[in-house]
Amino acid sequence: MQALVSLCYYAAVLYFAILLFWGFLRAKDFQRGVLYLVVLMPFVLRILRLK
Amino acid sequence: MAHTADATVNRFPVSRLIAFLVFVAVVATAGVQFYQHRNFREPVVLGPGVTEVKRLSDYYPALKGTVNDCNIYVMDSGQPGATFLIIGGTHPEEPGGNIAALTIVENAQVKQGKLLVAIHANRSASTVTRPGDAYPLFFHLKAEDGAVRRFRMGDRWANPLDSWPDPEVYLHYPTRQMLAYMDVRNLNRTWPGRPGGLLVEQTCYGFIELMRQEKVAGMFDFHEAELEYPVISTIVAHETAAPVAAMVSMMLTAEAFPIGMEYSPKALHGLSHREIGDALGVAVFEPEAPEPFLDRVRGATGEELLLTGKDEFVQKAGEHKLLYEKITPAGWPINQRVGRHDTTFSKVAEIWTQMNPDKPLVVEGVPQYDELVAQGLSPFLRDPAEAAPDKVVYE
Repeated sequence: MQALVSLCYYAAVLYFAILLFWGFLRAKDFQRGVLYLVVLMPFVLRILRLK
Repeated sequence: MAHTADATVNRFPVSRLIAFLVFVAVVATAGVQFYQHRNFREPVVLGPGVTEVKRLSDYYPALKGTVNDCNIYVMDSGQPGATFLIIGGTHPEEPGGNIAALTIVENAQVKQGKLLVAIHANRSASTVTRPGDAYPLFFHLKAEDGAVRRFRMGDRWANPLDSWPDPEVYLHYPTRQMLAYMDVRNLNRTWPGRPGGLLVEQTCYGFIELMRQEKVAGMFDFHEAELEYPVISTIVAHETAAPVAAMVSMMLTAEAFPIGMEYSPKALHGLSHREIGDALGVAVFEPEAPEPFLDRVRGATGEELLLTGKDEFVQKAGEHKLLYEKITPAGWPINQRVGRHDTTFSKVAEIWTQMNPDKPLVVEGVPQYDELVAQGLSPFLRDPAEAAPDKVVYE
């Protein structure tokens, strides 16, 4: 059960990371694009199991 | 106007590329540091008293292959007597605890009875620092010949990479007392543990199995505390440990340094000094040394504060009588904090043996408070590079 919940959690993290990166690519405003990248950082570190 | 709009469109991809490269650089820099911290192996030089190195999974096989399958250093005199367990690193953000355990492994010799030591009881918690608190990832201490030894700084809770997600509310097993959600990763809120539980619950269960199989009579859980916290410079003791702890408190206060004694609260569950005593009848001692690094009013949170225990803001709080322990410009250096733990253990062994002559624990070579204050930690930390390869193991 715990493993299943963890798997769902990482899938959710990956999903939001993709959304954030897509938001960065689509952002028309430069500052908003940078904001997407800043928010994306902990998601990437978590997917890579670094933090 | 059209010219301006075109310029904006053309400039933005370049800006976006630069922003992305900066993003990659920041993630890579941070990621490398986190990786190195999480995977750093601390060398331990086996002292003259170590007869065997076991693993916690030798007592509870379900932990095999997990990050918390820590080393258990066995120091067996071969003579009949009491068996004691020492655990350091219950909270790796209190490094006086694991360094005290390390100095015992590298220096002590057991003459009667048996001693078991875990330097990093919650190893997972030593692979992460507290997010948002700017803890240093490592700290460094000089060894006997001037060599510098590097140690992982850790957190109070196990690494979320090893135990996740946390429950909404942590229900302690078996009492079902409601505790804070993250304390399901706190080794001092999950005793007596349970098989099949989350990582730290299983770790506690592993130690319970160790104590059951080794017929442990007494147990030490080394801690440090912020000066703003009332449980400080004291030995928290289960009822089974109270007679020895009270005598040790009086003798050390008269001979070496002030240290109190407090009964383990009966209504707060999950703590080592409550649950282990209740479950197994083991005499549990939990010494608490002062660590200004943990105070919320502290200044810069760096390695210097961790090692020297000097902080002008904590000192100012002391001047306003807001603390439960005194602090002077000399601070609370780590050698002094380790000295308190080592000497408390030595004195407990001495008084225990007087009170239990049929189950003695005689230990020699434990660094003493006055030696550590006068000489620092260097004479008591071995240099792994100078030790025989078969005498070096890794944490």
